Amino acid sequence: MADIAHTFQKEEIRPPVVSVGVIGWIRANLFNGWFNSALTLVTLFFLWKTALPFFRWAFIDSVWNTTGQVCRDAGGACWSIISSNFRFILFGFYPYDLQWRPLLAMIILFVLLFLSQNRKYWKKPLAYAWIAGLFIMGLLLRGGLFGLAPVESTQWGGLPLTLLLSVFGLTAAYPLGVVLALGRQSKMRGIKTLCIVYIELIRGVPLISLLFMSSIIFPLFLPEGLTINKILRAQVAIILFTAAYISEVVRGGLQGMSRGQYEAAESMGLNYYLTMRLIILPQALKIVIPPTVSILISAFKDTSLVVIIALYDLLKTTQTVLSNPEWMGFSKEAYVFVAILYFLGCFSMSNYSRKLEKELSRGD
Amino acid sequence: MDTESSITTEQTLSDEAIIEIIDMHKWFGDFHVLQGINLTVHKQERIVICGPSGSGKSTLIRCINRLEEHQRGRIVVDGIELTNNIKNIEKVRTEVGMVFQHFNLFPHLSIIENLTLGPIWVRKVPKKEAEETAMYYLEKVQIAEQAKKYPGQLSGGQQQRVAIARSLCMNPKVMLFDEPTSALDPEMIKEVLDVMIELAREGMTMIVVSHEMGFAKSVAHRVLFMDFGQIVEGNTPHEFFENPQHDRTKLFLSQILH
Repeated sequence: MADIAHTFQKEEIRPPVVSVGVIGWIRANLFNGWFNSALTLVTLFFLWKTALPFFRWAFIDSVWNTTGQVCRDAGGACWSIISSNFRFILFGFYPYDLQWRPLLAMIILFVLLFLSQNRKYWKKPLAYAWIAGLFIMGLLLRGGLFGLAPVESTQWGGLPLTLLLSVFGLTAAYPLGVVLALGRQSKMRGIKTLCIVYIELIRGVPLISLLFMSSIIFPLFLPEGLTINKILRAQVAIILFTAAYISEVVRGGLQGMSRGQYEAAESMGLNYYLTMRLIILPQALKIVIPPTVSILISAFKDTSLVVIIALYDLLKTTQTVLSNPEWMGFSKEAYVFVAILYFLGCFSMSNYSRKLEKELSRGD
Repeated sequence: MDTESSITTEQTLSDEAIIEIIDMHKWFGDFHVLQGINLTVHKQERIVICGPSGSGKSTLIRCINRLEEHQRGRIVVDGIELTNNIKNIEKVRTEVGMVFQHFNLFPHLSIIENLTLGPIWVRKVPKKEAEETAMYYLEKVQIAEQAKKYPGQLSGGQQQRVAIARSLCMNPKVMLFDEPTSALDPEMIKEVLDVMIELAREGMTMIVVSHEMGFAKSVAHRVLFMDFGQIVEGNTPHEFFENPQHDRTKLFLSQILH
């Protein structure tokens, strides 16, 4: 016995120096074998050829705050197109003097989104805060009450419009998608068929055509004199479209649930609604967080398609700036800027989903 | 006879039936799983059902709380006949606890939440009271210190004990066990059986599908042998093991007892 105990107390032997630390990492990941070494060198060459010139263009040779004329003489990026027009890009044709209103509305939205990140706050007060917040945001945008000058929704545009379409689009599409997924699993024939027809119809049509239908065809069927706000129609099209995709992802999650979970819930006497709400959906929705977020991200970007029905969202206001003779030809800079805004939105969504997944996986 | 077998003799059964199954048939597609089951279970009676796999024993007890639907005959549980009436089914399910082979705890809920879920949402017990009851039963299955953990953090034996406690929290009149120990590692079987023996001692009505013959001998009032969807024979453990009547029973016993 003493011998065995002795052999377990061997002196600890450190790995060779070249296999740990920075050098070790480089050797193990970049230069292990001739093929990987070659790949590394080729990649470095391309970086040298692309990233470096881009950096020069964007930061060293760039001009930041001048007129379009000065820009044309400069060798690098003309960020002046952003600094001179950012209020139009962000707010579109919203009356210039009143642009503090959409700005305030966006700040309220960001604060609410930020608070909602923390699952500890997911209680009644936050729900009330959202209801009040939505009301105030709507009031700020529309005006017409409490001495705020009314602003027609045709004048709304830019980032507030993009956020409006996305936030409402995604928050309404998600529950609708879950309901559709449950409907598709239903034992009741009628409901099941209805859901399948809906999902397949919507998925079989591009979002653009839905937007066209909502803006051009749908109004033809309305009685004389009745009009429905264009933004609202586009909003509904986005919701219906996204919901169909979400429902298919959620269905995948539902199918991943074992029969035993249903049986355990049912054998306690839980009814269908409680079984779904307390047992099945919390687990199924958790499994499908990554694909759901993918859909939400692409839906967020797809809101930019409303340009084709002449809504002035963020992308359209940017294009409008580019049609101004003074700034013609600086599309690279403008689109890089818009891309950054979209990226911030998408990246924070995917970041949050990773955080949420981590929090929810504590039971596994 | 060992000491535990005294449980059986010291209690006298009431005549009152809690479960009555009359000429019950069930098919899976064309397959006739249950072929005319007649069974009366009395209050506080403990029945162990054994038989080869595919003989319909799990299906039989799953019919008792309508996890499976029977197609002919009648099943009456605590005075309520099982039909398509969903309210009646839910009522029967609250009175009948079930323990599964694979535990089926809810992995996204902590142990204590697993136990309080049914009482809070089905029985409408206040949360605090439900938690007290849950802790009482967790103490009883000797696992109270794990209350805040999640099912995935427990061993199989612990999970099955939690599953038993979860059923008990609903204060059921009957407990069904569907091969409660067959998914467990051998060293964990005893801890689960001990809990079940304790339950038997307190007079719980139990129907257990199991091949734990030691458990059957010491706890059951009746042992039933099922084969090809029929109850081939049923008798007191002593008679059943010492003096089996049918050839199929003899064959089965010789196979599992070696």
